[in-house]
Amino acid sequence: MRQRFTTLQIGWKGYWFTLAILGLVALTGLLAARYMEHNGHWVTGMSNQIVWGMPHVFAILLIIAASGALNVASMGSVFGIARYKPLARLSGLQAVAFLIGGLLVLVLDLGRPDRLIVAMTTYNFKSIFAWNIFLYTGFVFIAMVYLWILFEPRMGKFSRQVGLFAFLWRFILTTGTGSIFGFLVARDAYDAAIMAPLFVAMSLAVGTAMFLLVTAAIFRLNGEHLEGEWIKRLRTLNGIFVATVMYFVVVQYVANQYVTQHHGIVRFILSEGGAISAIFWIGQMLIGGVLPLIVFFGSRFQGLRWTLIGAALVVAGTISQLYVIIIGGQAFPLDLFPGKQESSGFFDGVVATYSASPQELLLGTGGIAASLLIIVVAVRVLPFVPAVQDRPD
Amino acid sequence: MKQDPADTSTGKNRRTFFTQAAAGLGLLALAPGVRLIDMAVGGNDGKNDERAVTGAVRWGMFVDTTKCARGCTDCVDACNMEHGLHGFDRPQTDAQWIRKLELRDDQTGRSTSLPMLCQHCENPPCVDVCPTGASFVREDGIVLVDKHICIGCRYCMLACPYKARSFVHEDLTEQRPHSPRGKGTVESCTFCVHRVDKDRTPACVEACTEAGHGALVFGDLNDDGSAVSAKLRALPSTQVRQDLGLNTGVRYYGI
Repeated sequence: MRQRFTTLQIGWKGYWFTLAILGLVALTGLLAARYMEHNGHWVTGMSNQIVWGMPHVFAILLIIAASGALNVASMGSVFGIARYKPLARLSGLQAVAFLIGGLLVLVLDLGRPDRLIVAMTTYNFKSIFAWNIFLYTGFVFIAMVYLWILFEPRMGKFSRQVGLFAFLWRFILTTGTGSIFGFLVARDAYDAAIMAPLFVAMSLAVGTAMFLLVTAAIFRLNGEHLEGEWIKRLRTLNGIFVATVMYFVVVQYVANQYVTQHHGIVRFILSEGGAISAIFWIGQMLIGGVLPLIVFFGSRFQGLRWTLIGAALVVAGTISQLYVIIIGGQAFPLDLFPGKQESSGFFDGVVATYSASPQELLLGTGGIAASLLIIVVAVRVLPFVPAVQDRPD
Repeated sequence: MKQDPADTSTGKNRRTFFTQAAAGLGLLALAPGVRLIDMAVGGNDGKNDERAVTGAVRWGMFVDTTKCARGCTDCVDACNMEHGLHGFDRPQTDAQWIRKLELRDDQTGRSTSLPMLCQHCENPPCVDVCPTGASFVREDGIVLVDKHICIGCRYCMLACPYKARSFVHEDLTEQRPHSPRGKGTVESCTFCVHRVDKDRTPACVEACTEAGHGALVFGDLNDDGSAVSAKLRALPSTQVRQDLGLNTGVRYYGI
């Protein structure tokens, strides 16, 4: 039987209420950005030591989630698993929405967001950042074409080819995002090729988790439940991705521990970093790693509710992991003169401090709200949601 | 219809008037352009800083750390004065283009004092990572930020191995016309390019020399006869983070 799709079926009141809440959070984010730009970045927690802060954690979270969210569509189109095909439209939509939300946060945190047009027209092609501008805008374009093909029955025959192209593109996209850190030669915490596959794995884990949460919410608003079969498959898949992330993290730290020069950064992240070490062990490894694995693979934790708890843990864990990578990596001082103690009036040789300002957090949550706003409007006007039970026509 | 001779004469006068007026206006319009050309080809201010920058020159600095006094901040003060880098009493976000670093050897306990600034690398990581090309190396080796196309992403600050760059975190006042800065953009030592283009030395070098320390020597690394080349020939020098292979324009002796 041909799969039917439906729009968001909630009443107008509920719809406008949802839009109002999301719009308010997004608007607050915009006002927070306006406040930071107007006063200058000194009002944030960022400084000349910690140059990237909480906005970057949220922006990169959304960007990698976008890439990972598309995975469900890939499973259907590229790997031919028919069970996933009904979810492909929602997968493509969330991919586009998360990416736009992430880019909004990234752009609004720039020192000169008004120069976006410069960033779009003036390129230095040796910069991985410049490549990423193409990878991100290209991703939105390809995902939109992919969605069109999914919606247009006459184009169905191209879905495998376009799906494969989108699959490869997002692989390169997350490789590019990881390489933003991988290509930083001077920083002990970065400068490693493993950052690229690590980010690919993180994107699959957090993208699947966010897809589960958002899709479950949409079904719930429609008065339905995600089917048991989908839940079973997606939780197993999410568990495998979480395990893959943990594998790369172990390899990353074991490899660093082998290199004497990197002992300092390993010690800092794992034990001497104070809050950073706590976030690593509790946030990244426990909440984002061990607990989701228990939930996803434990026979006692079956069902939708546990699956969503597992997914929420993965999102929290990924935020922690990005915080450790971005903030922790910058907080650890540069070693200009190995074998010497360094001191200066510019915080050389000391661990940099950082505490996110409320505006940074509001900008980040504003980006998430903007993504959700796009999703809610889209599912209201177009039939994105697979009909679970046949309704009388 | 037959024309009145008086009318013909008026018409001629009118034509002459318009021709002369047009010529006058044309001259007026051309004058600023001519003036610009005049400035570009030689000017009359003694020095021509519009000469094409060439790779025949590579500006560089020699730092003799054995002459750099602990606690002395003459170079830093001169830089701040030259570029109008007054702080806001917010050390975390205040700009520093040159700073004094105090080193202590873990094993031997030997102390060293030295100035740290943009190393004006031949292959600068900041230039590699800059998405818009705002960070660039001039032909003569000076690394600069084009403030007009810097979008303030700060990726260059993450990439710089020397922590030599600052972000302008607030509105600025009392800027120096020769050293424009901009809120929301990244900046760093310019080797006092505005001075160098007029055959003068950077402010930090001038201050160090005037104070009698003589720890800083500036000049053309490509010119065998320059003072900086002579120093580099005579004394063993090193690059900071030489392992990165960036071929820095600033070389240190005594570390």
